[in-house]
Amino acid sequence: MSDMTSGAAARAINTANMTVSQTDVAIDVIGMHKWYGDFHVLRDIDLRVMRGERIVIAGPSGSGKSTLIRCINRLEEHQQGRIIVNGTELTADLKRIDEVRREVGMVFQHFNLFPHLTILQNLTLAPIWVRGIPKAEAETTAMHYLERVKIPEQANKFPGQLSGGQQQRVAIARSLCMQPKIMLFDEPTSALDPEMVKEVLEVMINLAEDGMTMLCVTHEMGFARQVANRVIFMDQGQIIEQNDPDAFFSNPEHERTKLFLSQILH
Amino acid sequence: MAVQDNLAGPPRTAFYNDPVIRGILYQVLVGAAVVAFFTWIILNTAANLAAQNKSTGFDFLFQTSGFGISFSLIPFDRSSYYWEAFLVGLLNTLLVAAIGIVFASMLGFAIGVARLSSNWLIARFATVYIEIIRNVPLLLQLFFWYFAVLKAMPAVRESFELPLGIFVNQRGIVVPRPMPDAEITWVVVAAAVALVGAIALVRWATSIRARTGHYPQGVAIGSRIAGLVVTFVLGYLAFTLLGSVIPALGNVPYLPLLGGLGLAGLSLTAYGFYGRAFIGFAIAWAVVRFLLGGMFGSLPELLIVAISLALALVYGWTMLSVERRPTAGDNKFPLALPLLIIVAVPALVYWATDASLAFEIPLLERFNFRGGMQLVPEMVALVIGLTIYTAAFIAENVRSGIQAVSKGQTEAAASLGLREGDRLRLVVIPQAMRVIIPPLTSQYLNLTKNSSLGAAIGYPELVNVFMGTTLNQTGKAIEVIAITMAVYLTLSLSTSAFMNWYNARVALVER
Amino acid sequence: MSVSFVRREMIAPQPAPSNNTGPIAWARRSLFATPGDALLSVLAIILLIWAIPPIYNFVMPTFFGGHAVAPGGTVEDCRALGAGACWAYISARMSFFIYGFYPPAEYWRPNLVFLFGALLIAPLLIPRAPFKRINAILFFVAYPVVCFFLLNGGVFGMRAVPTEQWGGLLVTLVISMVGIICSIPLGILLALGRQSKLPIIKTLCVMFIELWRAVPLITVLFMASIMLPLFMPQGTSVDKLLRALVGVTLFSSAYLAEVVRGGLQALPRGQYEAASSLGLSYWKSMGLIILPQAIKHVIPGIVNSFIALFKDTSLVSIVGIFDLLNTVQAASSDIDWSSPTQAITGYLFAGIVFWIFCFAMSRYSIFMERRLDTGHKR
Repeated sequence: MSDMTSGAAARAINTANMTVSQTDVAIDVIGMHKWYGDFHVLRDIDLRVMRGERIVIAGPSGSGKSTLIRCINRLEEHQQGRIIVNGTELTADLKRIDEVRREVGMVFQHFNLFPHLTILQNLTLAPIWVRGIPKAEAETTAMHYLERVKIPEQANKFPGQLSGGQQQRVAIARSLCMQPKIMLFDEPTSALDPEMVKEVLEVMINLAEDGMTMLCVTHEMGFARQVANRVIFMDQGQIIEQNDPDAFFSNPEHERTKLFLSQILH
Repeated sequence: MAVQDNLAGPPRTAFYNDPVIRGILYQVLVGAAVVAFFTWIILNTAANLAAQNKSTGFDFLFQTSGFGISFSLIPFDRSSYYWEAFLVGLLNTLLVAAIGIVFASMLGFAIGVARLSSNWLIARFATVYIEIIRNVPLLLQLFFWYFAVLKAMPAVRESFELPLGIFVNQRGIVVPRPMPDAEITWVVVAAAVALVGAIALVRWATSIRARTGHYPQGVAIGSRIAGLVVTFVLGYLAFTLLGSVIPALGNVPYLPLLGGLGLAGLSLTAYGFYGRAFIGFAIAWAVVRFLLGGMFGSLPELLIVAISLALALVYGWTMLSVERRPTAGDNKFPLALPLLIIVAVPALVYWATDASLAFEIPLLERFNFRGGMQLVPEMVALVIGLTIYTAAFIAENVRSGIQAVSKGQTEAAASLGLREGDRLRLVVIPQAMRVIIPPLTSQYLNLTKNSSLGAAIGYPELVNVFMGTTLNQTGKAIEVIAITMAVYLTLSLSTSAFMNWYNARVALVER
Repeated sequence: MSVSFVRREMIAPQPAPSNNTGPIAWARRSLFATPGDALLSVLAIILLIWAIPPIYNFVMPTFFGGHAVAPGGTVEDCRALGAGACWAYISARMSFFIYGFYPPAEYWRPNLVFLFGALLIAPLLIPRAPFKRINAILFFVAYPVVCFFLLNGGVFGMRAVPTEQWGGLLVTLVISMVGIICSIPLGILLALGRQSKLPIIKTLCVMFIELWRAVPLITVLFMASIMLPLFMPQGTSVDKLLRALVGVTLFSSAYLAEVVRGGLQALPRGQYEAASSLGLSYWKSMGLIILPQAIKHVIPGIVNSFIALFKDTSLVSIVGIFDLLNTVQAASSDIDWSSPTQAITGYLFAGIVFWIFCFAMSRYSIFMERRLDTGHKR
């Protein structure tokens, strides 16, 4: 298995599982390349994510891991290959992009809450204006998710009044309010003070336990061990190694993976 | 001794080292110096005035002025009083400032947005504009517009004739004078009501949409109908324009009518975008052809038609190929209805009341124009200069306001599935405006203050009429200068009061 | 199912697909991305094709294929039908534009002033240049004195040249230099006063700053030229240029004070606390710790207000001083060079001169801003 050498090989892994029905596939990335100008950031990426799967993507900075998940809801454009999310292929067509974004939630490193709106308004904005859900109903849903992330009492405050950890939990709740089928996490804990990391991870673990399909770029290896089905290691814009967490941490095979793990786990 | 002192309490400081006493001392010294300075000035002034046999006081305001003013919003002649001259100057200042603010805002916002455009050429145009205009003194620009452009226009006999009965000559611009009859009042009222009504309708529909998830049924249907009407009108326009480009089409009877109806019908089907692309193509062709014809009159007609046709075809084709309008059903913002209301209601009233709005077209007689409305060149130059100059600064404020909204905000909104229009309306614009409005207000204030440069090209604004002519004639330097400065001080203080209020209102709540 | 995968061979970076790079891709991305963009681009290109040739012909002399009259040409050339800008007129009246009515035999004096100024300013603006303190003292203290005696004369056997004869670019530079040099200390004092805890001093400073910022410069100049003589004891006559200088200085110091205040407010409280915890007196902590940092922060703002000041000097022409703009305006009625393009050429020339100075300053301010930015990140 492990002597496969190229993208074609990785594709073989994926096609080997073709027996599963297409509806079980959440995300399918096939032979995808991306360039920033002349810089080749993502090289021949193949990745199939099944429903309910929880994948952690790790790698040194500049390895393209953030760019990869930003491509999945088209915050970045890819130039070659295909990306199919929930059965919808991403092209330049705005209609399809909106369709995908409605079903894919994203959590950013710097929270990106809307500072001019209250927490509650942050949470109801998209349900009201994208889904057309009546305001009262949207607020009920919002309060439900605020309770889930354990800060219902902050509903009428503004983002600037909350701590970083609280803001990130609001950001997760904001995405959940759209009831997405897939959640993308772009280094959700990197901008947080150490004592706040735990409260955010707890929310993410809860979410994983509920069976959400998750794609997380993170350096939290404890989280990866606990909830991931698969850990993907990226470097130089390509997938270097992929395995289930136990094997990945106990028996990394590639030199770069070993080096990375030794640095990150001390 | 020392021990005793320590027991008695903290060591006593010398009185000149005590910060409180020191502060009081400083203040007394400075205050005394200022008072002494002013006393000295006042004594000197009194002595000087006495030596020149001049009196002080504001009674000169009620003397007749004995001079005329070339441009005035209120009746003014030689027998008017000085306070009326003051009023004329003030009104003229405010008039130019108001016009300038409207135009400068429009130009400034357009250029500020253009500066951030992803279109390289447009962004470059905006940058060049800003860098040239900001770095050349306003007074020089005013001189340029007044002496080098407007005063270099041909004499009255050889006036440039522009479309719509507008004439440009050395003495300014002559435009048709609107000659409204009594019924026009109703049309104006109807227009105002329609505007307010349309805004109210949009706000109401939006709030209903937020509360229930749907636009009100009536609005949705009305908007569909309005959309049909708009498509019809645009189609009518497209075919009319096409007729003007292709004479053969122009001769087909009822073509615009039938074409418009056809396009409106087409827009009901799934192929509506063909109709839209066609309208875009036809209008683009006519506009480009008209522009090219005006700019390169020396080129052969056929070439111009061919070039404009090619460009319009490319445009229509890109419109067609992009095909990027999501059909949003009843969640689509009902824009057509309020637009139609704003246009149609006054038009109906105009027709129903049998009102008439005639324009008195200026007519060139032997030495001057008869009829029409004369815009004095001083005012035209001042408005042009102030608009162009201030727009460069407003554009920079707009640019930095938009840039102040981080990219992450747009990305977060996009990742929630908000469409581009909603992203702008709900996330970007509300945040950008908080940053833009305070500097924008001070640009408005600057424009008002800069309008005083009109004095240098002879526009009768406050400084010219009051600090210039009135002061020269009466010699009441102190009073006149005090009044003039008080006016500007009032304007400025009320502006900063507004800004403080606004800043307090929109300040983002932080921990 | 097994998910294990290890890459054995790294994928080398490949060149971007041709539809992603190159001029055509660039044009599609930045000129024709949407129908609206395409239309705007096309209109912009048409506008350029329409506007550039006439502008080129107007500005460029015949040597470069244009229709302008190069320096050395005659007034007849400028009067010819279709002639462009009359640069010959500018070069013929150049000394008037630079020195005004300054006696030609004494041109070496303003020239020396220009030279000294350039020699002192250049190292002051270069952040790495050494001897900043001496340089600054020379520029802010010694230079104005030397300039005054050089230009005004009457000492060391130099002929006296009254300020009425100064003019042109010389006066523009004199006014802006004096304005800059005098308004810096005044502005700093006002800013400190406005931040002060002493109520009387604070009120006085606020009133001073707000009054000057509220009124247009032209009214300040009128006031200075009419009221200053009234304020002085009987029999003193105040030089016309001096009146304008007083007006300009007071006006710009108010603006400068607000810029410096911005810098003072931007400093973290810790700096103030650290300074007073060292036991420094108010003036020492301000002079040694607070002000150097605050001013360094607001150098771009200060330069921007100098740009405004430099442009505003043109207003002194309204009170009858022959600055650059006024000499150009006056020369435009010179019958010897009267031609259809005389006035516009003059404004073009003045505009270019002003633009060069202001643009250079604004670039400098941007350069300093970037430098300060990176200085913070490190």
